[in-house]
Amino acid sequence: MTARRALRIVRRAILYVAATAFTVFAVMPFYWMILTAFKTNQDLYVGATDLSHVPWIFNQRPTLEHVKLLLAHTPYLTWVENTVFIGALVVLLTLIAAVPAGYSLARLTGRWGERLGIGIFLTYLIPPTLLFIPFARVIAMLGLQNSVWALVLVYPTFTIPFCTWLMMGFFRSVPRDIEDQAMIDGYSRAAVIRKIVLPLAISGILTVVIFAFTLVMQDFVYALTFISSVGKMTVSLGVPVALVRGDVFYWGSLMAACLITSIPIAVVYNLFIDRFIAGLTAGALKG
Amino acid sequence: MALRNEAPAQVATVAVFRHRTLADREDLLGRLMLAPAMAYVLLLVGAPLVLALLLSFSAATAGSLSFSWVGLRNFATIVSDPQFHSALSNTVLFTVVSQALVVILATAGAFVLDAAFVGRRLVRFLILLPWAAPVSLAAMAWTWIFDSTFSVINWTLKVAGVLHGWFYWFGDPTLAKIAIIAVHVWRTFPFATVIVLAGRASIPRDISEAAVIDGAGFWRKLFQVEMPLLLPIVTVAVLFGVVFTSTDLGIVYLLTRGGPYNSTHVLASLAFQRGILGADLGQGAAIALFLLPVLIVVAAAMLRLARRTEVGT
Repeated sequence: MTARRALRIVRRAILYVAATAFTVFAVMPFYWMILTAFKTNQDLYVGATDLSHVPWIFNQRPTLEHVKLLLAHTPYLTWVENTVFIGALVVLLTLIAAVPAGYSLARLTGRWGERLGIGIFLTYLIPPTLLFIPFARVIAMLGLQNSVWALVLVYPTFTIPFCTWLMMGFFRSVPRDIEDQAMIDGYSRAAVIRKIVLPLAISGILTVVIFAFTLVMQDFVYALTFISSVGKMTVSLGVPVALVRGDVFYWGSLMAACLITSIPIAVVYNLFIDRFIAGLTAGALKG
Repeated sequence: MALRNEAPAQVATVAVFRHRTLADREDLLGRLMLAPAMAYVLLLVGAPLVLALLLSFSAATAGSLSFSWVGLRNFATIVSDPQFHSALSNTVLFTVVSQALVVILATAGAFVLDAAFVGRRLVRFLILLPWAAPVSLAAMAWTWIFDSTFSVINWTLKVAGVLHGWFYWFGDPTLAKIAIIAVHVWRTFPFATVIVLAGRASIPRDISEAAVIDGAGFWRKLFQVEMPLLLPIVTVAVLFGVVFTSTDLGIVYLLTRGGPYNSTHVLASLAFQRGILGADLGQGAAIALFLLPVLIVVAAAMLRLARRTEVGT
């Protein structure tokens, strides 16, 4: 009996140690962002060879200098503006294409719709790496080099497949009987969609909005390929490539920018990821 | 039409007729609703993919809009280029090593998150952060962590008494590769963990319990009962991981720019260097196309898996 209790305590301990280890590994860079963003330069730029100076804590009072510098003297807010502008348009385009397509694949196209649904999801796996070179050509032909419109045009190539697939899964989870009943009552299919399906799908549509926007935030490759002026960059491009003076990185402001951008996105994404995972593991790949 | 003209229109016939027109129109409606998405995908994913193929057989440059067919010349050039060989082997190395580690970490992580303990939701939230944060910003944080003068890792290793010399993370090819793999693992393990976690949750508890009653110990239960059941879902996680790591440009580009001495280039970063920075679109396209076999294999595996689950249920 005592041996079993001891075993249980040991298991418990292993569990907590493992949970802590995983958390530390995942969170460390974010913790480092926080430290760097709020440390004074004097506290920050002490070479790691000085073993008496502990870099893991604030050795001096935290400062807001880096954040102030970032907001007042760098193009950070311009990049935020650009990102929101591009993101909003991409979300709009995505909704227009993906919501009807998702419904169509879930309800109206029957057997070949299932195949097509899987096909559309697989196009999401075609990476920017394979497409940025031909796109460079297409964008040049359209005269959209160094324009935010290039990104507005290109980003839906990954948001539409992904969100169509997401909406398809969502519409499948709406009981078919409700729609059938309404049609027996004399509603047309279009009226059923407008009056019954869309109100039920609000949370699915919200998920699509969030995912489309976070996918836009995640992109680095296309922005790097098409945008060259600092004033037209997105956050994900501008912060890593343009927050430097000559060769010198402003690590304090840079990490402040990473922190301010990442945390809200991560929090929102976290709230919605279960829906994505549920789709992935349960119905989605089954078609 | 003939039906409608027959005077004693039987109720049944009319019902069938109306149903048919409705069905026809639904089909039309379905196609109409699908059209914008299909058009976008065909025009802006399908066509560029074909264009990528065409470009790889041409001497196209970024500057001009000319398009001259050069046959297999681009492929001949890159196949005899040692830098391409190293990019290809790095792509394989980074992908295989990081995904092998991710499988182990994700299985263990799912095991931990599946257990009930205080703060489980918070731990899950925190573990997911690396996946949710924009990749280029996370890569910058790691660039700073691996900084040659201020590396907090070096400081910690020094204080722990493990490190006697000094690690110039991005100055040494081996260390640079380790750093890149570490960042890939850090970035993809959260995603794999939640996928495996969801898979674990879908295994009926009775099966594990029955195994215990039948006398299976912890390891036996893990390897002979739970692992085989988890295999399909772990495969899904790995397939995604393979696509994300093998095609990634941001992490390599921001951490090392392919350096030191071009030792850490991957296909994506080399394609970017030659195709965009060097303006040789043809060669860039040819390099990137070497990723296509990986994607085809992954897509085929996903389809197989999808069919198997379909048969299973």
